[in-house]
Amino acid sequence: MATLTDPDKESFKLSMLLYDTRYRSMTIQVIALIGFVSIVFWLISNTITNLNNLGKPVEFGFLFESSSYDINQRLVEYNSRDSHLRASFVGVLNTLVVAFLGCITATIIGVFVGVARLSKNWLVARIMTVYVEAFRNVPVLLWIVLAMAILIEGLPAPKAFRGENATASLEVFDSVALTNRGVYVPEPLFSNGIGDVALFGQSSLRFSVSLDLILIVAVLIASFSVSGWIKRRANRIQDSTGDRPTTWHLRLGVTILPVALVLWMLGFHLGYPELKGFNFKGGTHLRNSLIALWLALSLYTAAFIAEIVRGGILAISRGQTEAAASLGLRPNRIMNLVVLPQALRVIIPPLISNYLNLTKNSSLAIAVGYMDVTGTLGGITLNQTGRELECILLLMLVYLTISLSISAVMNWYNNSVKLVER
Amino acid sequence: MSDQAFVRREIIEEQTPPLTAFGLVGWLKSNLFSNWFNAILTFISLYFIWYVLSGVLPWIFLSVWNAGSLSECREIATATWGDSHGHACWAVIKDRWIQLLFGFYPSELYWRPILAFVLLLISLAPVLYTSVPKKIFYLTAVYPFILPWLMWGGSVWAYVSALLGFVLGYAIVRYTSEIVGQLGAVILSVIGAIVWWLYIGPLLLSQGVGAILPLALEPVISRDFGGFMLALLIGVVAIGCSLPIGIVLALGRQSDLLILKTISVWFIEFIRGVPLITLLFVASTLLNIFMPPGTNFDIILRVMIMVTLFASAYMAEVIRGGLAALPRGQFEGADSLGLNYWQSQRLIIMPQALKISIPGIVSTFIGVFKDTTLVSIIGLMDPLGLSQGIRANAEWNGIYWELFAFIAFLFFIVCFSMSRYSMYLERKLQTDHR
Repeated sequence: MATLTDPDKESFKLSMLLYDTRYRSMTIQVIALIGFVSIVFWLISNTITNLNNLGKPVEFGFLFESSSYDINQRLVEYNSRDSHLRASFVGVLNTLVVAFLGCITATIIGVFVGVARLSKNWLVARIMTVYVEAFRNVPVLLWIVLAMAILIEGLPAPKAFRGENATASLEVFDSVALTNRGVYVPEPLFSNGIGDVALFGQSSLRFSVSLDLILIVAVLIASFSVSGWIKRRANRIQDSTGDRPTTWHLRLGVTILPVALVLWMLGFHLGYPELKGFNFKGGTHLRNSLIALWLALSLYTAAFIAEIVRGGILAISRGQTEAAASLGLRPNRIMNLVVLPQALRVIIPPLISNYLNLTKNSSLAIAVGYMDVTGTLGGITLNQTGRELECILLLMLVYLTISLSISAVMNWYNNSVKLVER
Repeated sequence: MSDQAFVRREIIEEQTPPLTAFGLVGWLKSNLFSNWFNAILTFISLYFIWYVLSGVLPWIFLSVWNAGSLSECREIATATWGDSHGHACWAVIKDRWIQLLFGFYPSELYWRPILAFVLLLISLAPVLYTSVPKKIFYLTAVYPFILPWLMWGGSVWAYVSALLGFVLGYAIVRYTSEIVGQLGAVILSVIGAIVWWLYIGPLLLSQGVGAILPLALEPVISRDFGGFMLALLIGVVAIGCSLPIGIVLALGRQSDLLILKTISVWFIEFIRGVPLITLLFVASTLLNIFMPPGTNFDIILRVMIMVTLFASAYMAEVIRGGLAALPRGQFEGADSLGLNYWQSQRLIIMPQALKISIPGIVSTFIGVFKDTTLVSIIGLMDPLGLSQGIRANAEWNGIYWELFAFIAFLFFIVCFSMSRYSMYLERKLQTDHR
């Protein structure tokens, strides 16, 4: 029987750094590290030299100077005497607003189109194909600029709403004004509201939240959890007795009544836009830039989401549906219990990466003058202060934070629904 | 059995299927009117199509082609059809289409971008289709040097020198790897090429041969570049460079070498986390600050660098997906054959990984090409940038549908044909039996 012996101890030779695979990886890494560090060092030293020559060392003090520009579409109070930091904060909120609105509408349109593309009706499927191809193959910036042009050139001026023989009229039961200066929609008002709460004192990140809104959201959450409890109770009864108690009227009542009561107590009513002087007053004013950006981003991203939804549904093999049917499940239960849980596992990761794309594409707001963080921090603040390096670093940091948070959520979700394999 | 009244003794003749099951009627019944809900959908769709076409078709075809301004267009439309709304004013395209295609490129030099475009198609042909003669690959290899020479002009010798640097590097790898090993040969060739580009090449060719034989085209400055030509130029360069860089980054991210892996991951995640527009801001304002004092290199080149970096990060993720989809057995099989890392990548792994990731690669290409429109935000004159100028012009103030329709049409043709080609390629490379 052969005995194993240790291989001869080799002495280390310099050439082994090149030829021996055990040491070669080390050599490659060291070379790469030296190269990388020297390039970075070179760039930084160049930057320092150049900035010194220009006489503007890297500092962020400019953020606390007065911004002296206005932002017309904003969620929180702001005026031109506020600091650049405050302006950037308003910009970040505006980015999040348009991203949030866009994600919701893009999902709704995308799911609808994706399902319709799979329709057995030939015409419907073809129309949806045309929509998807048209939007996917044309740059989103073109859609944004076109939407803006249509809104500005195509819609009537506020003065067209005036007088006896007005050429334009309000839409949707006289409540929505579509003008070339923006869209006016009714605003929710509370005649005996309970006021606002201001957060973060006097800092640049201060904002106030309406207590009415908090109350309504809290009541809604409570109602939904009670409704969920009723559903779980019905499931329990069904599991033990085989009969499912009728629950829909209970759940509907629990969901609607408390909210209706709270709204009535707060004195909820709508404030309608009215034509006063040269412009509309009252209601919520959505600028054309916001509408154009929102519309174009939603329609563009929806085309991609439609393809994802279609792919996800097609990825579930027919056998799954047929097996479920042979178990005696009804079509809608097949959809809810068998097809959707599996399709969602395919759909959600690319869906979230499309949300991410939409958020990043919202930076194109600068082309239509919507003041998102690119327009404030990377636009006017940069041009006014001449602090390119600092502004762009901060701008990238903002977007990186948003992107990395969204991808963290995505990774967490992926891990929680991952199929456990061997 | 005797109480049966009738037993068929012979097979009945074949009959034609009912009218509603085949031909046009059958198709209509199964695809459009299979039940009442589908029938309603069909009627709604028909109404929708009629509504859209009744507006769009007269707009496109009953249109004004000869006019000097938008108001003149409207007058002609009102005089001819009685209204000014539902009729396109293609006169703006007729007036400005050359500008939308070429920007402010000198008109007597249009042959250069056109020749570059034709050569691009020819040199792409052997890459795209296997039936094309292989000799054209030589053109493909030198095309990256012909393109900038044709577009920017100047002396040919700088580009020849750049090309010879690559040839030199390749030759060093080819002939010294026997002697100093592969890694040593790569290091030597990089050093050799850099020495050539910095010292020998300029001395020998630009000053030596260039002085004797000045082969030069009239130079064109970058400010004159514009239109769809600019979009194509940036798109082609970014697409062409991002694929190899993306492959390297993807391999770096998958590799066992910790430092390379960390650098690749950070680079990819950083680039993918920020919008392209911030990178373009870097190109327009910061890139000169990063370079040694006094450097002032071309804005289009700066934009190309940033767009390429952007595209490479996305490409790397697509290719990483392809690598991850390969079964482990492929990697282990390549190892057990005794192939080294690059051999196994080149012969076993990459062909399969790239094949799997074709749809992703092509959609990244399409995305990059569409994203070239963003350069209009930093002031380059791509079609969208030009359209703003045209709309601000007194004659065409207020026009938008016609302009944007034309630009969208240009982009649509290129992007749509790319996606169709990727479908064709997928079908051609499909090896599983379905």
